[in-house]
Amino acid sequence: MSTISVQDHGVHHHDGHGHDDHGHHHDTFLTKYIFSQDHKMIAKQFLITGITMAVIAMILSILFRIQLAYPDKAFPLMETLLGRFAPNGRLDPGFFLSLVTIHGTIMVFFVLTAGLSGTFSNLLIPLQVGARDMASPFMNMLSYWFFFLASVIMLASFFIEKGPASGGWTIYPPLSALPKAMKGSDLGMTLWLISMVFFIASSLLGGINYVSTILNMRTKGMDLWKMPLTIWAFFLTAILGVLAFPVLVAGVVLLIFDRSFGTSFYLSEIVLNGKVMPFEGGSPILFQHLFWFLGHPEVYIVIMPALGISSEIIATNSRKPIFGYHAMVYSLIGITVLSFIVWGHHMFVTGMNPFLGGVFMITTLIIAVPSAVKTFNYLATLWRGNIRFTPAMLFAIGLVSFFISGGLTGIFLGNAALDINLHDTYFVVAHFHLVMGSAAIFGMLAGVYHWFPRMFGKMMDDRLGYLHFWLTFIGAYLVFFPMHFMGLDGVPRRYYAFTEFESMSRWLSVNTFITWAAIMSALAQVAFLFNFIYSIFFGKKAPMNPWNSNTMEWTAPVEHLHGNWPGEIPTVYRWPYDYSKPGAEEDFIPQTVPLSETMSSNQEHDFEDNEIGLEAHKQWIAANRKNEEVK
Amino acid sequence: MMAQIQHDTDRQNLGAKKFAMWIFIFCSFMLFAAFSSGFIVYSGGKGHGLNVALPKAFLYSTIIIALSSVTMFLASKAANAMDHAKQQLYTILTIVLGLGFLGMQVYGWYVMTYQMQVFLTDPNASRSFVYVITFMHLLHILGGIIFLLFALGGSIKRIPQVKNIYRMDMSAIFWHFLDIVWIYLYVFLLLNSN
Ligand code: HEM
Ligand SMILES: [Cu+2]
Repeated sequence: MSTISVQDHGVHHHDGHGHDDHGHHHDTFLTKYIFSQDHKMIAKQFLITGITMAVIAMILSILFRIQLAYPDKAFPLMETLLGRFAPNGRLDPGFFLSLVTIHGTIMVFFVLTAGLSGTFSNLLIPLQVGARDMASPFMNMLSYWFFFLASVIMLASFFIEKGPASGGWTIYPPLSALPKAMKGSDLGMTLWLISMVFFIASSLLGGINYVSTILNMRTKGMDLWKMPLTIWAFFLTAILGVLAFPVLVAGVVLLIFDRSFGTSFYLSEIVLNGKVMPFEGGSPILFQHLFWFLGHPEVYIVIMPALGISSEIIATNSRKPIFGYHAMVYSLIGITVLSFIVWGHHMFVTGMNPFLGGVFMITTLIIAVPSAVKTFNYLATLWRGNIRFTPAMLFAIGLVSFFISGGLTGIFLGNAALDINLHDTYFVVAHFHLVMGSAAIFGMLAGVYHWFPRMFGKMMDDRLGYLHFWLTFIGAYLVFFPMHFMGLDGVPRRYYAFTEFESMSRWLSVNTFITWAAIMSALAQVAFLFNFIYSIFFGKKAPMNPWNSNTMEWTAPVEHLHGNWPGEIPTVYRWPYDYSKPGAEEDFIPQTVPLSETMSSNQEHDFEDNEIGLEAHKQWIAANRKNEEVK
Repeated sequence: MMAQIQHDTDRQNLGAKKFAMWIFIFCSFMLFAAFSSGFIVYSGGKGHGLNVALPKAFLYSTIIIALSSVTMFLASKAANAMDHAKQQLYTILTIVLGLGFLGMQVYGWYVMTYQMQVFLTDPNASRSFVYVITFMHLLHILGGIIFLLFALGGSIKRIPQVKNIYRMDMSAIFWHFLDIVWIYLYVFLLLNSN
């Protein structure tokens, strides 16, 4: 059925060329929308699942925020909604911890890892490097379905008697290793682990595919240094994932052995409910090492795609070449390498040898350098640009703002001595919500606004986009900025009710304020959801290249083809950032335009390693000078 | 028609898929690296040395898997020479040796548990590591055998030579890797056994 429609479009655009290469697909509803192996469809599946998970995780956070703002108040509605998890209208303390745990897990892994990389790597890698699809479309499909299964299992844990896992998203033993330790250590924890096994399988399948596609399937002319920064970011992110996730697998396998088979990897002498447990000699710190060896690269897995996306959006909408393309790539590489040797900064207060702490402190402070390089390059790209404030651009600029304010507090936390005070307080919560909860989410939203036309062939509404941006931007700062002060005052994270403590109860008013700001930001997302869904069906039809962008995805027909381009894949002749090039007719020159068609704007450095071209360029210049003189 | 052909090669991308196997190997290398670093971190603590002479079974299984690498190599060579009979023979031999390895590892566990009284749940988790590491490696071996069965099936069904070689290469890369990883793990455990 879709074969016919594809042929029709083929006829429109290409005079009958290119239908024979599509004639052999016979898509059914099942292979087109469900078990699709087309990267564009898989990208949409990832996006919609990711958004759904994000909405769920956001609702969870509003629930526990209400508890923090009104710890002594009963809300009968809560009991109606949550039943035994909110007896007498007050959140059960164990369930509060479950909410925090699942909120963190979903946001970090399901939204910002799978939702972000899954959507944009899938959509953009083949389209921007010029490939028909991924190296293995089948593995790609598996990747989505493992992710889906993982999501279902994670959510299913809300429907079991003892509720979901509640040991925090970092699942430190012993709470996670002793099923009887608390309610959330039981079946909920088991489901958490099963879900994560599928999740990791999904990430690895995806990541392997991304790396292989980028290294093997670029179109003619697309050498590494002509790749858009998005691709560089996705590439290095995938490498991080491929190297870091197996280590988490190792940690989780040992945890499963401790939980279910009675080993003592992480457990030592411990008394549980007055009973002495048989475990001896284990080390919970071992788990922290294994966890954070993944955990720290994981935070960069989250932010790097967002940074790549913003590079692209900021350059396009500033109508300027990205400032310091090479520096951007090298700082991404620097971040990738360094992120493997800083994990100890999460463990400064575990009784680690102070000398070792010093080493981790130095590596941590070094990783701030490439991060800062990127920030400066964004600002330099914006500087005196011919800026178009599309919603995508606003979100990308928002990312830069959050990345700066969140990155600065990272430098405080990276000091082993300061961290004694700050560890496990709201200061840390503020830090990672700015840099991850806000910056990375803004990168993702920027990507959605920017590539929506590419995904759905429709435009999103700008005005709703502006409303969404301003409410979310202001809201996020109102929510997370005050948390710094709470943290500096020593207010710990993951506590159920601060009114129980004399020294902290004065923060109640701030907590109430934060909760209302959070509710406002949450409501702002309705503008986005409405815009998103409405535009899929009723949006304005998108032109082929709505943002006058240079990268290759905008040269493929708006109607999605299996195989992306009818006929041959275009060849690439130049880097992706020829915006506002002096002498050019328009303020953008797509990567697929050969230098021979842009004689007036070519410059000498466009002809590195290309002597014939350089010769022609010089002749052209000489000829044109003469003309000038004649005039 | 040209477009058709180009399109088909684009779609199969055997080279890119083989590359994916290499990346997967990095992945599982990291897994075993994590286990060995975990072991080092753990056994660095006081009184946590392994202190067990590994059962002879692990030595035998090392020999078996090394042999299976040889038969694997011969099978690939036969496949490249389009000698189907030989290819199938050596592939079957590799599978049999793989199963032998599997059996020998399980026997090793048996010896450890029933004759040496070194249990999975030993309070000294260095000893549990021996079980977990061998177990995770065996899971990979099962995966490798599945690859080999695919290659064998392809050869019996006489799939086109390009695909035959591709399946053979995929199994061979993975199988040799499993061999090397096992030798690494064995030597690692030997060196840390006191
Ligand atoms: C500018 C570079 C950065 C530095 C120097 C830095 C430093 C730190 C340090 C030292 C901690 C540990 C605090 C503690 O637990 O006491 C931390 C926590 C954290 N950071 Fe960063 N960070 C940086 C950037 C980022 C980025 C870009 C992200 C994510 C996109 C991120 C996400 C996190 C998260 C999620 C945690 C908390 C984990 C937890 O305990 O739950 N950080 N950071
Ligand atoms: Cu970190």
